[in-house]
Amino acid sequence: MNHLLFLPLLIPLTTAIICLALWRRPDLQRIVSLIGASALMLAGWVLLTAVRQQGVLSVQAGAWAAPFGITLVADLLSAAMVCVTGVMGLAVAIYSLADTEPEHERLGYHPLMQVLLLGVCGSFLTGDIFNLYVWFEVMLIASFVLLAMGGKRANMEGAIKYVVLNLIASSLFLAAVGILYGVAGTLNMADLARLIRDAEVTGPLPVIAILFFTAFGIKAAVFPLFFWLPASYHTAPIAVTTIFSALLTKVGVYALIRIFTLIFINEIVAWQPYILTVAGLTMTVGVLGAIAQYEIRRLLSFHIVSQIGYLIMGLGLLTRLSLAGTIYFMIHVIAAKSALFLATGMVRRIAGTTELKKLGGLYRTEPLVAVLFLLPALSLAGIPPLSGFWAKLALVWSGLETGHYITVATALLVSILTLFSMTKIWSEAFWKAEPEGAGTAPFSTVTLPKGSFWLMALPTGFLGLTTVIIGLFPEPLYALCMEAAGQLLQPTAYIAAVLGGSP
Amino acid sequence: MESVFAVVVGVLYATGIYLMVRRSIVKTIFGLALLGNGANLLIFTVGRLTAGRPPYIPAGELAPLPPVADPLPQALILTAIVIGFGVQAFALVLIKRVYQTVGSDDVDKMTTTDTIADTGRTP
Repeated sequence: MNHLLFLPLLIPLTTAIICLALWRRPDLQRIVSLIGASALMLAGWVLLTAVRQQGVLSVQAGAWAAPFGITLVADLLSAAMVCVTGVMGLAVAIYSLADTEPEHERLGYHPLMQVLLLGVCGSFLTGDIFNLYVWFEVMLIASFVLLAMGGKRANMEGAIKYVVLNLIASSLFLAAVGILYGVAGTLNMADLARLIRDAEVTGPLPVIAILFFTAFGIKAAVFPLFFWLPASYHTAPIAVTTIFSALLTKVGVYALIRIFTLIFINEIVAWQPYILTVAGLTMTVGVLGAIAQYEIRRLLSFHIVSQIGYLIMGLGLLTRLSLAGTIYFMIHVIAAKSALFLATGMVRRIAGTTELKKLGGLYRTEPLVAVLFLLPALSLAGIPPLSGFWAKLALVWSGLETGHYITVATALLVSILTLFSMTKIWSEAFWKAEPEGAGTAPFSTVTLPKGSFWLMALPTGFLGLTTVIIGLFPEPLYALCMEAAGQLLQPTAYIAAVLGGSP
Repeated sequence: MESVFAVVVGVLYATGIYLMVRRSIVKTIFGLALLGNGANLLIFTVGRLTAGRPPYIPAGELAPLPPVADPLPQALILTAIVIGFGVQAFALVLIKRVYQTVGSDDVDKMTTTDTIADTGRTP
């Protein structure tokens, strides 16, 4: 049964290989990647169900006993994230059917997307820090190529910033892994957790922790290490931006949650004020950056940064409720932000631009697109009863319980600013009258062919509807998040699952 | 011996960071390569330097007799070198394309994706 853990890795790997074998047939690659993404989603769901029923699952590759072999572990957080990865992979695969340039398909868009999913799933499932580094690199190299694919000036400029900053983060990560091995003599995360809880490790643990925090902080785009994100994300094709925004920064946040709840638990408790300050500044600076922008994709890129602040806030508060809030928030923001990006892609296809000053009147001409945008936009701002409200409620509640009033006030203020920023897009792009000179080439509005319209609207609507459903019926997901947070705070089950119950 | 390695690691990091803060992207990539090498040597050093004691298991024993060199840091470094090679190869091709597209290797000329743009059709 534990071999289920291999499926989320084998499926994208196999799909990528088949796509590579069909290099000259993009039409077949599309079908293969669609099947692969569906299978991944199914595997994620099966894994989540299995973890819920049987507790933390782990498997030692090649049957080398932990801590010597390569370990794969799935607790509820990992399984839920793999499940979300599958959903996002499928949504973007469907969207890509209608919105991928043939040139990108010829350059290997489909196999690269699968390699990206492979790296993301691997990062979620690995139980070994060095393997986490390797999975990060798998994910990065695929994302580098996807980002640089367009070959236009903006793509190139975005790619160089993204590549350089991520490589710096990787080398910090690698150095931290090396020092940790020198200090602790193991890289198995469960083994490290056991050693640190038994106080058997002495050495410069805070230094190692700060190296990890910086490395993952760059990847997760926290203040003040986020500048690469709004400089690069908006240059990619919209489907690529969507999957980046949904998964890559969240892998950084996942790694922060995993490493700091499992291994550096003493450090995060000691650093709570600093982490909450970083969280507050990430939220504020992100949303202020967004307010200054007049191009939808750049604006949304800054909002990614702002939302990361809330996730870090939940980690910093470190109560069961706040961690549950973080996980809930992560799932909510993946759905809502992706829906926003995909809807923006529709706007771009229809109106030929994403500049707010050149847009207008889309509510009248394209009411469905307007609704597809409005739902996730309100959800992101945290309007009840949409999912963003419950996510923020959990974080604010636990902040009040632990008496961190300044952080709570920041979170609420940023929420209002988010609403303002979303209203700006809404009123500029959809509500106001078409600006002077609109309707003339090259800004004429086109009507999409029925087929591609629905291929784009379907995943967008599905993700938008998800935020409505988990907002209207938050209880099942919330219970899952509470359980997952419990596992994070009490990692005995995790350690026992990997090390086989031995003390 | 450790102190010599520590100094070399320090020099590699310092040089790498110095090159990265220069304006030329070519130097940035060289800096990254040095940073990667510095990290590899760091892993090697903190994994304990044991000269002349390979981790062989003598006949009749079940484990190598300490002190032996730890093979794991070397395996980690080998993996990191391979990954670094691939990534740096990609980065070199990328800077060539960037140079061809932008017409300069000066990072100060690459600010169009950072500014608040409100004109022109989006790419």
